[in-house]
Amino acid sequence: MKRRDFVGLSGLAAGALFLPSFPGLGGNLVTPEQLLIPAADVALKKRLADAALNAAKSAGASYADVRIGRSLNQGIFTREKQVQNIQSTESYGAGVRVLANGTWGFASTNTVSEAGLAKAAQLAVQIAKANSKVQKEQVKLAPVKGHGEVSWKTPIQQNAFEVPIAQKVELLLGANAKAMDNGASFVNSALFQVNEQKYFASTDGSYIDQDIHRIWPTFSVTAIDRASGKFRSRQALSAPMGMGYEYLTPKAADKVAGPAGSDLVGYKNSYDILEDATAATKQVKQKLTAKSVTPGKYDLVLDPHHLGLTIHESVGHPTELDRVLGYEANYAGTSFATLEWRAKKQPYGSKLVNIVADKQQANSLGAVGFDDEGVKTKKWDLIKEGMLIDYQKIRDQAAMVGQNESDGCCYAQSWADVQFQRMPNVSLQPGKTKLSVDDMVKGVDKGIYIAGHGSFSIDQQRYNSQFGGQVFYEINKGKITGMLEDVAYQTNTLEFWNSCAAICDESDYRFSGFFNDGKGQPSQSSAVSHGSSTTRFNGVNVINTARKIG
Amino acid sequence: MAILSKEEAQAILTKVLSYSKADECEVTLNGRTGGNVRSARNAISTAGAVDNVSLAVESRFGKRSGVATCNEFDEATLRRCVQRAEEIARLAPESPEYVPYLGAQKYLAPSPAAFAAATANITPDYRAQQTAASMKLCEQKKLSSAGFLNDEAGFIAKRNSKGLEAYQQITNLEYSVTVRTPDGTGSGYATADYNDASKFDAARLTQIAADKAAASVGAKAIEPGKYTVILEPAALVANTDASLLAALMNALDARNADEGRSFLSKKGGGNRKGEKLFDERVTIYSDPLNAEIPTLTFSGDGRPQQKMTWIEKGVVKNLYTTRFWAQKAGIPDIPRPGGWIMEGGTQSVQDMIKGTEKGILVTRLWYIRPVDPQTLLYTGLTRDGTFYIENGKIKHPVKNFRFNESPIIMLNNLEAIGKPQRVGGNLVPPLKIRDFTFTSLSDAV
Repeated sequence: MKRRDFVGLSGLAAGALFLPSFPGLGGNLVTPEQLLIPAADVALKKRLADAALNAAKSAGASYADVRIGRSLNQGIFTREKQVQNIQSTESYGAGVRVLANGTWGFASTNTVSEAGLAKAAQLAVQIAKANSKVQKEQVKLAPVKGHGEVSWKTPIQQNAFEVPIAQKVELLLGANAKAMDNGASFVNSALFQVNEQKYFASTDGSYIDQDIHRIWPTFSVTAIDRASGKFRSRQALSAPMGMGYEYLTPKAADKVAGPAGSDLVGYKNSYDILEDATAATKQVKQKLTAKSVTPGKYDLVLDPHHLGLTIHESVGHPTELDRVLGYEANYAGTSFATLEWRAKKQPYGSKLVNIVADKQQANSLGAVGFDDEGVKTKKWDLIKEGMLIDYQKIRDQAAMVGQNESDGCCYAQSWADVQFQRMPNVSLQPGKTKLSVDDMVKGVDKGIYIAGHGSFSIDQQRYNSQFGGQVFYEINKGKITGMLEDVAYQTNTLEFWNSCAAICDESDYRFSGFFNDGKGQPSQSSAVSHGSSTTRFNGVNVINTARKIG
Repeated sequence: MAILSKEEAQAILTKVLSYSKADECEVTLNGRTGGNVRSARNAISTAGAVDNVSLAVESRFGKRSGVATCNEFDEATLRRCVQRAEEIARLAPESPEYVPYLGAQKYLAPSPAAFAAATANITPDYRAQQTAASMKLCEQKKLSSAGFLNDEAGFIAKRNSKGLEAYQQITNLEYSVTVRTPDGTGSGYATADYNDASKFDAARLTQIAADKAAASVGAKAIEPGKYTVILEPAALVANTDASLLAALMNALDARNADEGRSFLSKKGGGNRKGEKLFDERVTIYSDPLNAEIPTLTFSGDGRPQQKMTWIEKGVVKNLYTTRFWAQKAGIPDIPRPGGWIMEGGTQSVQDMIKGTEKGILVTRLWYIRPVDPQTLLYTGLTRDGTFYIENGKIKHPVKNFRFNESPIIMLNNLEAIGKPQRVGGNLVPPLKIRDFTFTSLSDAV
C-alpha cells in the first residue's frame, strides 16, 4: 500500500521535494468565519507551555521547548467560469521537543490542555531516552539568552481572511474571464492564504507569541491547437508573499516593464492578476507557433521571477549546513559546498555575486521575529564577492563548525512536526551601478531572455542543473527579435555563477518565492522568498527539449 | 483509538449521519497510528510518532456541497462538525460538476495480506533496533549510513445517506537507506516497502547499499549520449520523488486526454485509447487483491476497485476518470488505482547484466521533473550507484548523468524485462532500454 492511499482519502497532502504545486491544506475543515476567531489568550498559552516545560524537566530533560500552534489556511480554486473548491482549515495543537541524555525527543498532541501537554512532554523524554541508548555523540546546543515575553507580527495592511470570499472569488473569476475572452482554451486560478499563530516557550526563559501571514495568488492558462494537437501553458508571474490582501491591489509603482519587445511586466509588492492573465493568454498563443530554439551557447538574461528558482536550488540548498554535513543524505542528498571545499577558497561565483540570507526582509515569505527554537532572526552573508563565507545553521549545528551562535533559521511546518534547519530568504544583491534591463539586453549579441519558473532539476550535490521557464525571447545583436520555444539550459553551479556578467540595479529588484519547499523525512514544507534583479550569465549551454512520439 | 474495528467505526458514522439535515451526506473516518526514525552519519537524528483519527463530513443541499472535519468524538463535537459542513454547503456556489453520491456498492473482500499485525504492533524499540542494526553494519565497514524507517497501520471507513458502506484496515512499512564512503567518493542506496513488517530486515537492505557504495568508488567519466541502460526498479518508481513509470501512470487520465492536454490527446480531438503506443511486451494492470501489493478495495469516492488492465501488449486499454467526466463523456467509470503491476519475465538484474554487451546499470534516478507534457519528456539524474557494463560484466563505476527522456519513447526501446519487484506499493520489473538519452555529466556522488 502506498502512503498515497492514506493521504488521498484523508485529504492530507504529503510534502514532496520542492513541488511548485498547490500545497495541501492541513487541519480540520471549518467555516470561513472560524478563521476570524482570535487566538487563545497569551496568559493561557504561557500556563500551558509551563506545564509542558515543567513536565519535561521532571521527567529528566536537560532542555525543553514547546510550540503551541494554530495554523489557518484558506484555498480558493477555480477553473474557467466555475468555483471548483473553497477550503478553510484550522489546525491547533502543540509540539514538545526535549533533550534527555544528550539526545533529542519529540512528541505532539492536539489535546491542548495542561495534562495533554504534560503527557506529550513525558512521551518526548521517553523517546529521547530510548534513542539515547544507540547514540554516540551528545547534542551540543548553542546558547540562547531567554527573551522573556515578546511578540512579533507580519506587518500586514489587510488580513486576507477578513476579505469576503465572494470578493476573492470575483477576482479569480475575473482573471479567468480575461484569459477566456482573449482566447485561452483552459484556465485554472487559485488563491492561498496562510496565518500561522505560533507561541514558543523554552527552558531558556523565552515566551514568544508570533502572528505570521502569507498569500499566494496564481493561475495557469492553456492554449490548444486542436488541428496539430499541440498545447502550451503559461503560469502566473506572481510571487507568493509575506503580506496580506493588500498584495492584490495593483500599484503602478510596483510594476516593472520587461525588456522592449517582450510584452512582459514584472511585479514587486503588489500584483495585477487581471493584467497578468491577459498577457499570459497572448503569450501562450504565441508559444504555439514560436520558433524552436537552436541548441548551443547563449548569454542568458534571467528575470528575477525565473532566477529565484535557480538561486533556490544552486545556492539556497547547497549552503544548508545539515545538508553539507550529511543529515539529508538519504533524501535530497548532500552538497558540493563542504567545509573542505570552502577551505580551498575557490570562487563560488564572479566578483559581482553577493548573496545574503535574511529572515527579516519585509514582505518576504521567510520573515519572522524569532525562529522555532527561540532565536532572534537576522541577516547574514552567504557569498561575498563570489566567495562562500558562511552557511545556514541552527542551535545544534553551530558547534559543528566551530561557531557558538545559531543563525535563527529553524522551522517546523506545524505544531505536529519537529523543527529543523530550513532555508531563510536567500537573495542575490542588486548591482551597485545603474543598469536597466533594456541596457543589459543592448549589450547582448546572441542571447535568450527567460521569465518565469519552468522545469527544474538539480543533482544530489547541487552541481548539475537544468532549468526551463515560462516564456523565452531571442536576443539578437542587442534586440529582442521574437519568442522561442523548447528552451532549457543545463549548467554546473560553479560555472553558472562564475559566468555572472552583469546585474541590474535595485530599481529592478523583486521577489520570487515558493510556498512549498520540501525537505526532511517525513517531508516538511516551508515557504521562502528569493530576491534579485535581472541578471546576465554568459555562455550558458542551451538544449532543445522538443521530441517526437508516435 | 487509531485503529477502530468495522463495528466501532460504522457505529460512529451511523450516529453522525443521524445528525444530518442535508439532502445528501457522506461521512468518512480515517485512522492512522505509526511512527518513524530518521538517521544520518550513523546516528539517530529524529524520531516521531503519529496517532490520529479524523472524521470528514460532506453535506449537500442540491448541487451545493460543504466539507468539515474534526478529530474529537464527543457528541457535541460531532454535531458541530455536521453543522459546519451544512453551513459551508449553504454558502457554497452550485457545482456544475455535481454527481449524486453512490448508493450501496459491492466491494471485493480485502486481501488478508493488506493488514499485518506485525506492522500494527511495531514499537519505538523495534524501530530503534532496526536502525541500530543498519548503523552498526556501516560502522563495522567504516561507512556512513543515513536511513528512514516509517510504518503505519490505518483504517478507512465510509458511509453515506444513499446506503454506501465501506471499511478496510491496511498496514505499510517503508525503509530506505543511503550508504556513503567516509571520503564521499562512493554512494549506494536500497529501498523496500511491505504491508508485513516481518519481511523487513534493515541490515539486509543496508548490506545492498553498502556494497553499491563500495563498488561506486573511483567513478570514471564517460561521454553523455545514447546508451543501452538497465534500470533497476528503484530507478523506475520512487517513494520520495517523481518517477518515469509513475509519470506514465499519472498521465492515464481521461479528462486531460479528452481536453487535449495530454500525450494521449488525438489531433483534431478525442483520445488515443485503443492505440498501440508501446512495445508489445508492455502490459500494466492493477489488482487490489494482489498478494504482494494488496491495496484498498474502494477508491476515495467509494467506487469499487477491481482488477483493471491499463496497457495490454503495448495498447492503451483503459483510462481512469472522475465520476463527473465519465458521465459527461459517456465513458467507463473507472477510478484511479491504488497500486499497479507491470508484467515482467524471470530474469534478475544479474541475468540482464550477463546478457549485455555494452551498457550502463542505473540503481536510482533522482530529481525527476516534467520538461514537456506534450511528449511526457522528463529530466533527472542517475544517483547512488551507476556502473558501466561490458561483455556481460560490471566493468567500473561511472560518473552520474543527467537524462532527458520520455517513458513513451523508453517503452518503445525495450530490450528486455526482468522479474518484477515491489517498490512504492507497485510491482515493477527492471528494464533494459536501448538509446536512453543522457545529455550531460554530473560531478555529484
